[in-house]
Amino acid sequence: MTDAFTRISRAQGSYVRAIDDGPIEDWPEHFTDNAFYKVTTADNHRRGLPAGVIWADNKAMLKDRVSALKEANIYEPHAYRHLLGQPAIAEESETGATSETSFLVVRITGNGPTDIFASGRYLDEYVFTGGRTLLNKRIVVCDSSRIDTLLVLPL
Amino acid sequence: MSEGSRAATAMAARSWPRSLAEVPYWVFQEEDVYRAEQQNIFHGPFWNYLCLEAELAEPGDFCATFIGEQPVLVTRDHDGEIYAFENRCAHRGALIAMEHYGHARDFTCVYHAWTYNLQGDLTGVAFEEGINGKGGMGKDFCKAAHSPRRLRLASVHGLVFGSLDNDVPEIEEYLGQEILDRIERVLGGRKPVVLGRFTQELPNNWKLYMENVKDSYHASILHLFFTTFGLNKLNQKGGIIVSENGGHHVSWSAINREAEAKAASTYKDQNIRSDSEYQLEDPSLVDSFSEVGDDITLQILSVSPGFVLQQIQNSIAVRQVLPTGVDTTSLNWTYLGFEDDTEEQQLTRMKQSNLVGPAGYVSMEDGAIGGFVQRGIAGAGSEFATLQMGGDQAVSSESRVTEASIRGFWKVYREAMGFTVGETEGADT
Repeated sequence: MTDAFTRISRAQGSYVRAIDDGPIEDWPEHFTDNAFYKVTTADNHRRGLPAGVIWADNKAMLKDRVSALKEANIYEPHAYRHLLGQPAIAEESETGATSETSFLVVRITGNGPTDIFASGRYLDEYVFTGGRTLLNKRIVVCDSSRIDTLLVLPL
Repeated sequence: MSEGSRAATAMAARSWPRSLAEVPYWVFQEEDVYRAEQQNIFHGPFWNYLCLEAELAEPGDFCATFIGEQPVLVTRDHDGEIYAFENRCAHRGALIAMEHYGHARDFTCVYHAWTYNLQGDLTGVAFEEGINGKGGMGKDFCKAAHSPRRLRLASVHGLVFGSLDNDVPEIEEYLGQEILDRIERVLGGRKPVVLGRFTQELPNNWKLYMENVKDSYHASILHLFFTTFGLNKLNQKGGIIVSENGGHHVSWSAINREAEAKAASTYKDQNIRSDSEYQLEDPSLVDSFSEVGDDITLQILSVSPGFVLQQIQNSIAVRQVLPTGVDTTSLNWTYLGFEDDTEEQQLTRMKQSNLVGPAGYVSMEDGAIGGFVQRGIAGAGSEFATLQMGGDQAVSSESRVTEASIRGFWKVYREAMGFTVGETEGADT
């Protein structure tokens, strides 16, 4: 049995690769069917305010995010590069773990410069099911309350 | 002009077209125009949104916000009243409060510990008497004469507005009955609850965002989410309300429930499949309840210079538009629910919050489009945008295929700025 740290590290490596290098359709596949995913800010999180910049309570909503960004939304082409810290594991068992991981995301718009776009932490709840490590809950807590221009690609 | 406020900065050297259908691009580009706006608009006789009464629920609660670039502090004192004053120490000009929202007994400037009460009165000066009889303030120093400038305040169905100009008209007169009624429709008799706050940094002049808000006809062209996923309702009734002075507007649409039911049964009887190739995996995103008991599913309301109240299905939010430079703007979103919401209704609001804000399916494009214009007009400072859709007037209409409310915005703006209105082709409006 692989340990929780290794399982989570592998899952997160795969997660950021799906967003940064694609295919983006692989991104929802890192979640369970009834997973909760929210992007919020440290200020909202501290105050216990429930709304998110993105708010989803199932995997189908995450698939809709992907189809919308592919088919419907209009925006300038851009790409992210995620840099993740080591996951700090809070609780772990045979069937899952909770962890917290720092992230830094830089954004490259068109042929423009590399800009720091977001920093923050993932508050995660993973389930180990068979050989897979899936997110059952991910709250993305951005350090800043400010978002530059728009957020199309997930964090 | 009120005591303490400087005279409006004259922009008479700049000529503005007489027709409301022409907007010179230099108005989004020039530093002197930006500086004059701070004086003539934001320090001028306009009401600016500050915060919600709900954000100042308890005595001692405060909110540090802005009117244009001017930092402002809004408080609730123990008498239950709301007060607002410039967030600037009367001594040497430092910010009095730095947290955006908080709770305080009083405010002490960190620089030299001048202390103010919740109404903005100077109550304490450190070392006022000096030390050992030496130093200290002069004998004629009077604390009462050294307080930050107070604002005029008005509260409209829980929205707190402030003005730095004592000559601003009463808020009821400023807004007009139609706008007041439409604010009341969403907020009247209900206690809002803040569900979240986000700031979106826009890469464009603040007026480009206000134009976008007042431009209802771009919505079904730029925002493809509804049409792509086959969720658009083409049989909706609606209209545009432009306030009498032109500065404020409402764009609204409503579901025609009879026609909906008829269309649904027609499709069913004919066994016609939808043409839409794509659909949402979780269409519950757009399941909605009647917000206030009527059929209106969309109401976008703006108050000049920079306030928006939004109802998009069950997503309710206020937006504060704050200029931060010639080509940068902060857009502050506050998502709202209400005290009486059921758990189910709050869930609906959470799901529909995906439609708006920086990552919103129907509004993320608004965060980018202003930047596309700002970049597009570089080098076109002597040319004009054209606003001829729906004619050249700034009046209400049943059609939303009109730029009437944008023309109304410019009508108020050019008057306040004191441009010389030139003789060009087009109607004299």
